[in-house]
Amino acid sequence: MVGGIRLKKKRTIVDTKGDAVFYTVVNILIIVILIIILWPLIFIVSSSFSSKEAVLAGRVILWPVDFSLEGYEAVFKTNDVLIGYRNTILYTLFGTALNVALTLAAAYPLSRKDLPGQKFFMFLFTFTMIFNGGMIPTYIVVSKLGILNTPLAMILPGALSVYNMIITRTFLQNSIPKDLYEAASIDGCTDSTYFWKVILPLSSPVIAVITLYYAVGHWNSFFNAFLYITKSELYPLQLVLRNILIANQMDSAMITDLDTMTSKQGLADLLKYSLIVVSSLPVLMMYPFVQKHFVKGVMIGSIKG
Amino acid sequence: MSSIQRKLFTEKVIRNICRRWQLYVFLLFPIVYILIFAYWPMFGVQIAFRDFNPALGIFHSPWVGLKYFKKFFHSYQCARVIRNTLIISLYSLVARFPIPIILAICIHVLRNEKLKKATQMIVYIPHFISVVVLVGMINQFFNPHVGLYGNIYKMIFKENAADLFAKPTSFLHMFVWSGIWQNMGWDSIIYIAALYSVSLELHEAAQIDGASRLQRVFAIDLPSIMPTIIILLILNVGQIMNLGFEKIYLMQNDINLRLSEVISTYVYKVGISPNGGNYSYATAIGLFNSVVNFILIVIVNKIANRCGETSLW
Repeated sequence: MVGGIRLKKKRTIVDTKGDAVFYTVVNILIIVILIIILWPLIFIVSSSFSSKEAVLAGRVILWPVDFSLEGYEAVFKTNDVLIGYRNTILYTLFGTALNVALTLAAAYPLSRKDLPGQKFFMFLFTFTMIFNGGMIPTYIVVSKLGILNTPLAMILPGALSVYNMIITRTFLQNSIPKDLYEAASIDGCTDSTYFWKVILPLSSPVIAVITLYYAVGHWNSFFNAFLYITKSELYPLQLVLRNILIANQMDSAMITDLDTMTSKQGLADLLKYSLIVVSSLPVLMMYPFVQKHFVKGVMIGSIKG
Repeated sequence: MSSIQRKLFTEKVIRNICRRWQLYVFLLFPIVYILIFAYWPMFGVQIAFRDFNPALGIFHSPWVGLKYFKKFFHSYQCARVIRNTLIISLYSLVARFPIPIILAICIHVLRNEKLKKATQMIVYIPHFISVVVLVGMINQFFNPHVGLYGNIYKMIFKENAADLFAKPTSFLHMFVWSGIWQNMGWDSIIYIAALYSVSLELHEAAQIDGASRLQRVFAIDLPSIMPTIIILLILNVGQIMNLGFEKIYLMQNDINLRLSEVISTYVYKVGISPNGGNYSYATAIGLFNSVVNFILIVIVNKIANRCGETSLW
């Protein structure tokens, strides 16, 4: 009787002592890693919701101290930040649309083995991954094209990432059955119709992946703007951020109404925390919903065609 | 091949091309794009051998041969920027490479599915933070007065922390470890995927033979992802002279410049920056770097090819 009950209770294999220790060690390690990753993130958010006195006195460790929204008020009063926000949204929208269009236009023909010269064209693209003209010649070309200091300088250079094109091509080659093409072509489907009617509807997973990659890339991009844009009304968010966060160029308008030097310094630091949150929010908010797409991209990318 | 055969063959090729004309229409824009933004700059690289004059343009500036390369190799900056580039890359590689592997194995070993999912979700987050924000975070964090580091130090030792930014070498550690913090999760994805493909039968057989979980990590998990590890290691070695510009440039200050001036930032300063303007000299340095990178990648890919079926192209 007693034995029978025990058998029912313990169906699973009991860990040996060694295993139990090992699992505990791994669990602790994972928790330590999670703390290392999360603490800085929580600290930023908490600081941004604290009062400037608490930030200046260094009293914030993990949770907000003296809850306040001063930092956010200051951020939204700053004209540069608002302009940067608007510009970045526009660059991201138009840039990503162009990126995805170009990537598909290249990936589709290159995924077709029956395209005469397919190997040569593929080489033309992949070669640019391992050798490029470098910073200065690219700058000269961009300035020759007359797009320095125009929104086009934010969209055209880097409009096609060969890496993303290869991800897309790999997907088209491996995930869309070849029989479909044969069936369609027997029915008289042209290459173009095949793209619009078959390829496009079937490749939504990979389109989601590259759209996200490109969009995050635009949102976070700093380099193109840094090199090609000097007019402040065209600055994207990241350039505005760099001026405030790293170069410490504070717009005096946002801290004028404060009298003492210390409260100015306090607000300057508080503002930085709020600014970090405000600028990273769009990407991090959509992140939980799209996480699996990003991961999928890495997986497709690792099977190189 | 007789002339008739040759004629038939050419006709066949032309017929195939005509049949596929729509595909070429698709390719038109991407090709035009890379010709302008990738191949035009590649031809522009010849200004490294010319005295570039904006009024004369890329193709009409006078030739000077290897003048700018000699100038670079004889300058005191040459050894310094190459040494800094190598030190930063090698330190990054050695510190950064093993951590995602350990992380992936830990995640794989976890038995609590919820914790597993949550861990994967959380460790990828920092990857999406922009370089500017990351560097801003580093500056705020290690601020001895208002940063997390200063606050904790004050809490424990009841005195103000030392200013880490005053020490040039702290740039190195901050650069490398912030990179690890940002990317260890993302870099582990590929290993986690490889671990999932390990057959369960191997694990079951080992369990029946009495292997502990730790023994199975070393006898089954690690050997099965070894090809992935080796390929990634080789590819990473191929990138050691290819150090990104943005993060280093943003982290530079007068104190750490001695250690933080690398090839890409130096190219920018000599060339485009307001105090630079020497396009030919900057291009020569950049070209030297590109050629070294190119050679490294080709060698490394040859080796990777020999080691496994995976390769870059």
